[in-house]
Amino acid sequence: MKFEEFVCFEATIPQLQAKDRDGAITELVAALVSAGRIPAELGKEVTKAVVKRENEASTGMGKGVAVPHVKHGAVKTVVAAVGHSAAGIDFASLDEQPVYSVILLISPAGNPDKHLQAMENIFRHLQKERFRKFLRQCRDAAELEDLLKEADENPSW
Amino acid sequence: MLTGEEVLEKLVSQTTVEIRNPNGLHLRPAMQFVDLASQFDCEISVSNGQITVDGKSIMQMSTLVATYGTRLQVRAEGPDAEKAVETLRDLMETSPFGEPPEGKA
Repeated sequence: MKFEEFVCFEATIPQLQAKDRDGAITELVAALVSAGRIPAELGKEVTKAVVKRENEASTGMGKGVAVPHVKHGAVKTVVAAVGHSAAGIDFASLDEQPVYSVILLISPAGNPDKHLQAMENIFRHLQKERFRKFLRQCRDAAELEDLLKEADENPSW
Repeated sequence: MLTGEEVLEKLVSQTTVEIRNPNGLHLRPAMQFVDLASQFDCEISVSNGQITVDGKSIMQMSTLVATYGTRLQVRAEGPDAEKAVETLRDLMETSPFGEPPEGKA
């Protein structure tokens, strides 16, 4: 599944205000609410569900990236929001290093295959040092959109 | 294909397992797999028939798109290959990663 099919570019946060993990998750969920992708009344519930999932096992995969996620009935299709932190956020990552790029992914409750397809795309690209570097360098939503669309169009990128 | 001589030098063991938890091999079960695989000295690779990845890398394992019913080939090469494959198969088949069959994850 291509980035363009599930990343909400209207919910990009070029500079996360939050200094901690739960704050970053809260901001990104709020951005998806503002973009109309999560019903406002469910925002808090979704945030809680992501934090609960994160407490079970960190999605800080190392190398400065984290992919907090949850399956929740608040969405009908897989949706993601991307945030950056120049200062770095403690995500209790596998390599114990701070996280600079956060990809929040919310998947519908009843479609586990789509969730796996979105994760495949995210991790296929996150494995590449060049992609991680460019992701971290994006200064605004437009640059992020360009990067992800370029990645979509060039599978070997 | 390995020649007979190479097989003598390296112990190879492999098996094919079917993913039985309804949510598929999502991040947490993939992490369980990687944690367990990393305890062995042998090299472990996992193939879904299209791509083959390092069984000790969580990022690579996440690219298998191993949905419910997917058959994965687990292959180990090294001194403890047989034990590794046996242990990983137990994780994937006997307990389906400790998830309930209805898959409320």
